[in-house]
Amino acid sequence: MQMLQAIAVGLPLTILVTILALAIGTVLAIPLVAGLRSGNRLVWLLTRGTIDLLRGIPPVVWLFILYYGVSIGALRMSALQAAVIGLGLVAAAYLAEIFRGAIGSVHQGQWEASSALGFRTGTAWGRVIGPQAWRTAIPAYTTYGIGLLKDSSIASTIGVAEIVFMSNQYARQSGEGILVFFIAAGIYILLSMPLGMLSRHLDTKMRKAVAR
Amino acid sequence: MNALLPDIATILPTLLGGLQISLTLTFFSLLFGLPFGMLFSFGVTADNKIFRYISVFFVEVGRGAPALVLLQLMYYGLPNVQITLTSLVSACLALVWTTAAYTAELIRGGIQSVPHGEIEGSDALGMSVRDRLRFIVIPQGMRIALPSLMGFAVLLFQATSLAYTVAVPELMSQAYSTGSSTFKYLPAFIAAGLLYAAISIPATWLSVLTEKRLSRHL
Repeated sequence: MQMLQAIAVGLPLTILVTILALAIGTVLAIPLVAGLRSGNRLVWLLTRGTIDLLRGIPPVVWLFILYYGVSIGALRMSALQAAVIGLGLVAAAYLAEIFRGAIGSVHQGQWEASSALGFRTGTAWGRVIGPQAWRTAIPAYTTYGIGLLKDSSIASTIGVAEIVFMSNQYARQSGEGILVFFIAAGIYILLSMPLGMLSRHLDTKMRKAVAR
Repeated sequence: MNALLPDIATILPTLLGGLQISLTLTFFSLLFGLPFGMLFSFGVTADNKIFRYISVFFVEVGRGAPALVLLQLMYYGLPNVQITLTSLVSACLALVWTTAAYTAELIRGGIQSVPHGEIEGSDALGMSVRDRLRFIVIPQGMRIALPSLMGFAVLLFQATSLAYTVAVPELMSQAYSTGSSTFKYLPAFIAAGLLYAAISIPATWLSVLTEKRLSRHL
């Protein structure tokens, strides 16, 4: 019981890192998608390169670069800032690919119909293409979110006091490593189960709304 | 800033030994993980309850828990039950677990997408279950699963960077020790990042290419 309490102290930071990184990733993914859809060859190449680099380097390396390597004047990032920004950047690259695929899956005729109705580009995106693409993206988006929940454990390597960090600390002082880490594993599984159920629920609901 | 490039250039070659350990770790995790993945892919739908429960346990924990937790579990946890392994072996065990759990699902997906007519055909030919698996279902299922297995291998290679937390002297830990002994953290980590990227970006292209080639007839 004492063990569970010691580990659960890390729960808020695990959730905070996951949510903030997902939010940063979602916002930054939008310009990346725009770059991937750009007709300008140079813009496309730069975006493609950025995404490949963000995905090609392991998250822990990004976190270390930001935490140990980046200083603006005498200012260095806090561990939490470095973790959220690092994981957010990597998430942006993966989410951009998910969004690109989802937008591509919207039928060409929807664009033609929007312009036939005289919709402006903004309206077409907001009212026609966006909602349909979002429906397709939801399962992959939540799957990535669950993955990010597990990746947030990497923040422990730079000292963010989340679940793995607390487990590690407790394991060292109590010498009960095997139980501690099984409980930590159990917490991650318990956290991802409702997310998985939510994703399936949303997916079937959306499918019903589209299938006619 | 302008001292960054020469620093990276001098540090890069010193990290190659670490890269080799990362690649070795990836290789052995795949070598032992894939057979278990195949076993569990049949196990999660097996009729035998004990086999099924064991498979579901390993697959669910292996996929549900972060690789970092499994690494620490093996390294700090196993000594509790009087098993003491070197850091490399315990890291390998943890990554074998992760590999087996993820590939079990990928292989199961591949095998389930083998058309049902193939199975009926082999029945009609009077094939035994073992022959059916060996000559009909597994070869076609693995072919379908191959691109996603390659994609997983890239992620596994990246995940070996976490083995530095259990004192495996791989690429990340070499970069860290270079950084802390010279205080040149930024060039050391950028050099490590470039080495990871130099392997995983072309490997990703290869998996995309394989997917295109294999789906050519579709």
